[in-house]
Amino acid sequence: MNAPAEHASIARQHLIDPEICIRCNTCEETCPIDAITHDSRNYVVKFEVCNGCLACVPPCPTGAIDSWRNVEQQQPHTLEEQLSWDLLPDTTELDNYEAQTGATGGGSETPAEVQQITDVATAGQGGPSLAPWSASHPYVNLYSPANPVTATVTGNYRLTDEDASSDIHHIVLDFGATPFPVLEGQSIGIIPPGLDERGKPHLLRMYSVASPREGERPHYNNLALTVKRVTEDHEGNPARGVASNYVCDLKKGDKVQVTGPYGASFLMPNHPGASIMMICTGTGSAPMRAMTERRRRRMALKEGGELVLFFGARTPGELPYFGPLQKLPEDFIDINLAFSRVPGEPKKYVQDLIRERADKVFQMLQDENAYIYICGLKTMEAGVLEAFRDICRAKGADWDALRPRLLTTGRFHIETY
Amino acid sequence: MINYSERIPNNVNLSENKTLQRALEHWQPAFLQWWDDMGPDGSTNYDVYLRTAISVDPKGWAHFDHVKMPDYRWGIFLAPQEANKKITFGDHKGEDVWQEVPGEYRSTLRRIIVTQGDTEPASVEQQRHLGLTAPSLYDLRNLFQVNVEEGRHLWAMVYLLHAHFGRDGREEGEALLERRSGDEDNPRILTAFNEKTPDWLSFFMFTFITDRDGKYQLASLAESAFDPLARTCKFMLTEEAHHLFVGESGVARVIQRTCEVMQQLKTDDKEKLRAAGVIDLPTLQKYLNFHFSVTSDLYGNEVSSNAATYYTTGLKGRFEETKIDDDHKLQNNEYQVMDVAGDNIGTRQVAALSALNERLRDDWIADVQAGVDRWNRIPAKFGIDFKFTLPHKGFHRAIGMFADVHVSPDGRLLSEAEWTHQHLNWLPSDEDRLYVHSLMGRCLEPGQFANWIAPPGRGINNQPVNFEYVRFN
Repeated sequence: MNAPAEHASIARQHLIDPEICIRCNTCEETCPIDAITHDSRNYVVKFEVCNGCLACVPPCPTGAIDSWRNVEQQQPHTLEEQLSWDLLPDTTELDNYEAQTGATGGGSETPAEVQQITDVATAGQGGPSLAPWSASHPYVNLYSPANPVTATVTGNYRLTDEDASSDIHHIVLDFGATPFPVLEGQSIGIIPPGLDERGKPHLLRMYSVASPREGERPHYNNLALTVKRVTEDHEGNPARGVASNYVCDLKKGDKVQVTGPYGASFLMPNHPGASIMMICTGTGSAPMRAMTERRRRRMALKEGGELVLFFGARTPGELPYFGPLQKLPEDFIDINLAFSRVPGEPKKYVQDLIRERADKVFQMLQDENAYIYICGLKTMEAGVLEAFRDICRAKGADWDALRPRLLTTGRFHIETY
Repeated sequence: MINYSERIPNNVNLSENKTLQRALEHWQPAFLQWWDDMGPDGSTNYDVYLRTAISVDPKGWAHFDHVKMPDYRWGIFLAPQEANKKITFGDHKGEDVWQEVPGEYRSTLRRIIVTQGDTEPASVEQQRHLGLTAPSLYDLRNLFQVNVEEGRHLWAMVYLLHAHFGRDGREEGEALLERRSGDEDNPRILTAFNEKTPDWLSFFMFTFITDRDGKYQLASLAESAFDPLARTCKFMLTEEAHHLFVGESGVARVIQRTCEVMQQLKTDDKEKLRAAGVIDLPTLQKYLNFHFSVTSDLYGNEVSSNAATYYTTGLKGRFEETKIDDDHKLQNNEYQVMDVAGDNIGTRQVAALSALNERLRDDWIADVQAGVDRWNRIPAKFGIDFKFTLPHKGFHRAIGMFADVHVSPDGRLLSEAEWTHQHLNWLPSDEDRLYVHSLMGRCLEPGQFANWIAPPGRGINNQPVNFEYVRFN
């Protein structure tokens, strides 16, 4: 909800819940800018110093630190007030509004447009899916459209051949000192600058993160996206995608308004021995690249579990990340590539490869430790589900009985567009 | 950055010191065997929602995941090294901190490290059967978190022993795995760590009070001139905070539950409350008295030349040494300690250097008192007229100037007869302990809590209270 005009200066104030705080001093010790202090009674946050970096939040043993109230920018709770509290103040009418400035506490509502896109993208699952039990806890909605974070472009490379019909880019965004924690499988929102033809700001567009949780460049606060330049609509008519063209044309050093992160179920399992089946086309490879890269960087730990990839494109030149994929060891990942437009060769789609590998696929559908991810065009989804159904039937199993089980155990995830 | 690709996760470039790496890799199976023998009973196959450090910066050391405890990534993590760090107190004040142990302090430092290290496995041993009577999945998870982190603290101390004390250090490392809490022939070093932790109320009191001693000991060692020890303790302190939380919130939830039932039944009658299956507030006060007095002994003698030596030589500082406004040498300062003279308890001024044990104990008492004050808000909220109080420093002591006298909780000297007559009004009796013991049963449905304890206000890591914190396989 947007604040009415008279509340245009609402700020989000970071507070510590005195009822829960145990005065362990960890927050004060952790705060990089000395925004936290205490007396013999309470630990408190200096409103004018705290920049909402959230460094104090994970180390707090109690959760008391993760407390937020909306206040008028000019009238925050003073240190004296905070020091006298036994309880946090009640929420007020102001807490119903989106704070315009100040820190972000996380946990705010999912924007309607994000919900809408997500509902469409996950429709093929046949119901809501849970995250794998061993998935890490995702942060969501840290930055809203009203309060986006500014990222800097640190790289933009074309992934597909110059003569390929699709123009897919690998974009690296850096968040500097602003926290932006993401997990493999999560998405972010990008708001193109300017106004649409009706004079309104553009709606945000969602892009899957293509890098693992510790960043495209490890331990820098950055992430990568895989973005295809949209030049035609779903029916094949010429159409210029506002956001994708904006993103694909970004130059190093450009600033981008980012929201999110989004997504709390299309997440990878983390437990040793977990296997992952990835089925994708085109830019649907982004979350698969993130998960693969996560596992590649942890290869030396020998945690076990298989990776099986079904990846479809028109030609090898149009397959994003084709080069690096070829270099991965066979015992690390089982790669199955389907090309539908290679001259002189029969058209092959991912569902054809899935059928060819029926034994392997069926074994993974049955394996409690195997997790299945589908990401790409809607047109692929139907074919893949049909292949699953056929394979089950041939093996004397019932796909319609199996699918709800996969969903409730967090083993089946679809995002298609 | 923590290197997880090695057998022993570490941020100390272990792979560059092959001798040390081999020594620790030799100790590792012995540690795992100890965990198997003496760690939480029957828990090997559980998936526990644990916090694991994946790096020592704020973002990395609170990483949550379901893991099996034997697979917990025990390792060696030191807080980052500060360039040009100087010694902040004692005779060496202003000199560079030591990266190696000076020969003349070798045996003293070894003793300090061994004594600290010995408490870590000891508490795991004391608590190993508690899982069988957990009041909820949430509490079970908290117990296991405390246990694995005590295990990691043992690693931290053993690393120092191996890295800096040669063969002696390695032998001490083995001995740490051989002593057993409460064992007649080979007990743990400190008395409080040979006491039983027979029930969850004792566990909560222990983590609230005794782990707070750990906090103060670690904080004063985090000031040490021996930099590897200081950096190790600094990182351990961040983990210790969780243990204090488990204790403080655990007891608070017991108080909350009792107050709820007192309000429902409109009674403060002990028998009626016990019949309703909750722990009456006076019994909680007795447990507080017991744990407070036993832990108070851990600080040692009020006046101690050892403490003075540790300080002047730079081995162990004061709590928040650098925040104290004085000369940090204390040659000319005095400090007030209590004194038993005839039939009176009075005070006297002694050289501040010799009173450092007492000073640390006083800092600790102020911190315990703050927690007790927060507990007192709960009955007040219910309109119940009851206040928990800390007993007098001299109550029920076995070490120091009060060891040979009897003191009541309100600070009166008592005759032997008076003490015998009254002490069970102040300390848990067998009957009290049996009653608390009778409440202990397993309650493991997600979101369910035993009748004697209220659910927590929030879950761990923002998970719901009814989250499946432990999965049994």
